[in-house]
Amino acid sequence: MSERTNGGNGAEPPPIIRIRGLKTRMGNRAIHRNLDLDVKRGEVLGVVGGSGTGKSVLLRVVVGLIPPHRGTIEVFGQDTAKLDTDAMRQVEARWGVLFQDGALFSSLTVAQNIQVPLKEHLRLPQALMDEIAAMKIALVGLPPDTATKFPAELSGGMRKRASLARALALDPELLFLDEPTAGLDPIGAAAFDALIRDLQKSLGLTVFLVTHDLDTLMTICDRIAVLVDKRIKIGTIPELLNDAHPWIHAYFHGPRGRVALAAHGGAQGG
Amino acid sequence: MAQDAWLESGFREGAFVLRAGGAWRVQSAAELDRKLDALDPGTARSALIDLAEVESLDSAGAWLVLRTERALEGRGLSVRVANLRPEIEPLLRKVESSREAVPRERRHHHHHGFRDFVRDIGESTVWFLGQAAELVGFLGLVTVTVARTLRRPERLRFISLVTHMERTGVSAMPIVGLICFLIGVVTAYQGADLLHRFGAEIYTVNLIGIGILRELGILLTAIIVAGRSGSAFTAEIGAMKVHEEVDAMRTLGLDPVEILVLPRMFALVLVLPLLAFYANFMGILGGALMSWAALDINLPLFLRQLQSALFGWTFWLGPLKAPFFAVVIALIGCYQGLKVSQSAESVGRLTTVSVVESIFLVIVLDAAFSIVFSYLHV
Repeated sequence: MSERTNGGNGAEPPPIIRIRGLKTRMGNRAIHRNLDLDVKRGEVLGVVGGSGTGKSVLLRVVVGLIPPHRGTIEVFGQDTAKLDTDAMRQVEARWGVLFQDGALFSSLTVAQNIQVPLKEHLRLPQALMDEIAAMKIALVGLPPDTATKFPAELSGGMRKRASLARALALDPELLFLDEPTAGLDPIGAAAFDALIRDLQKSLGLTVFLVTHDLDTLMTICDRIAVLVDKRIKIGTIPELLNDAHPWIHAYFHGPRGRVALAAHGGAQGG
Repeated sequence: MAQDAWLESGFREGAFVLRAGGAWRVQSAAELDRKLDALDPGTARSALIDLAEVESLDSAGAWLVLRTERALEGRGLSVRVANLRPEIEPLLRKVESSREAVPRERRHHHHHGFRDFVRDIGESTVWFLGQAAELVGFLGLVTVTVARTLRRPERLRFISLVTHMERTGVSAMPIVGLICFLIGVVTAYQGADLLHRFGAEIYTVNLIGIGILRELGILLTAIIVAGRSGSAFTAEIGAMKVHEEVDAMRTLGLDPVEILVLPRMFALVLVLPLLAFYANFMGILGGALMSWAALDINLPLFLRQLQSALFGWTFWLGPLKAPFFAVVIALIGCYQGLKVSQSAESVGRLTTVSVVESIFLVIVLDAAFSIVFSYLHV
């Protein structure tokens, strides 16, 4: 957190993710067109949009799972398209990804899952790795005996937490979450939101969060990026509330949007 | 990253003082772990962990600090952690709040060569017997389902049956044909070489005929089909198990045995005798061509000799055994598929088990048939 690979303009620190002119295509269909996005260091950015607008695709493009058709993506000030394998590995060690269904390795225990990135990127004694895995398991609020369990033995919510523990294994600076609260009951979802906020504050994370969950947006996001018309509109909730775009208006002023707004007192200001 | 992590220890006014600095991150955790394990507070009664010069800290670093604190407390020292930077403090508190859950004792795995060996044998035996019992149980389940379906044949999935007949039968023809043809050639060549010494080349035809028709044709076909289709059954059903499709079927009132197992089994039972016949034909063809090329036995001569060599049932033995082998292959393939748990690894493991078991049982069954046939003089 002390390095500055990119000078910036002095007043504002350089963004942790900078996307310029992104175009993504799936087959013949354009998903994103001329999309720009900056994610500031230390913020929680919520990405929303209708089904099929390419929220998860955007996440996958940023972490390099889908190559962009056009445009540049800079993460930690480095253009990911221009990095060689070694440099990319170093970048990958600095971010963690939580996939929608957890994507834990089904043939490994939870502790072994958490140790996969540790083994891949570092050389640590097994005893220390066991301790770190146990610590991460406690950190995400799972009981200690989870360590020796297999993913199939866990409930959906526990799998999400275990997967978050794996994403946090290397203490990343940047965390990508793909619909972290989807499929959780409201209490579990609220607890997961609180956990993410808590970890984000104590570990100093930047969070890139794709979600459908209005409550998640209201409670933990600093800014919201809305995917409409293949581009991003970004702002705080009060700013977006006054946006005239029909989808954004329907999103925040629809019945669910109003309920969530009322419940969270119009969200924290921007 | 910033400068490397460092650690100094010493004594000041009777207290054990630990000074930490640099970047206490997971990247240097291995080195710090070693140094911290080697610390010796001697006879000091109190300890001070001074974090003033720690520039950055992640949760692994925080864990090491807290672990050291706890270890020193365990030795009866009073420990104070001092001079935290304000930006580091929340992380340390967060990790601290969860440290009670972390077991400190390190695991030891004891190896006892001989005892492990005996235990492994025991475990394998129990596993093997369990498999046998479960398989018999599954055979019973399938039999009951077959009986129910025979009473109401319209419940049999016709399209699925035809699809599986095509996949297990028609698609297997090139490889089955090629292998049996080559085996015919090899048998003819080896037989000719040996029988030539006795001036009995013509009996090569008997060797080919009886060898291929009684054993080789059907056995090779069954082994190829076990490898091709038995494994496919396990993998297909296993992948459905992983995605909870089989559970979904049950909740929709569909019987997985009826829908998944029966079409595959019936398809194989119908197709394997035909494949065996085809394999026999290709094997004889290979033998005939080789006899002609190497022994100058032309086709009419070959056929006349073949006719005199075969008596009674010989021609029918292969297609007669085929349905039994088909049941074994389909049963094991489907059974192992249904045993898949929710992990990708178990699909691979059980597919291997499926192929090995079905080939083994096919050969055992074939041996049993040989004994029965020799009693019946066929």
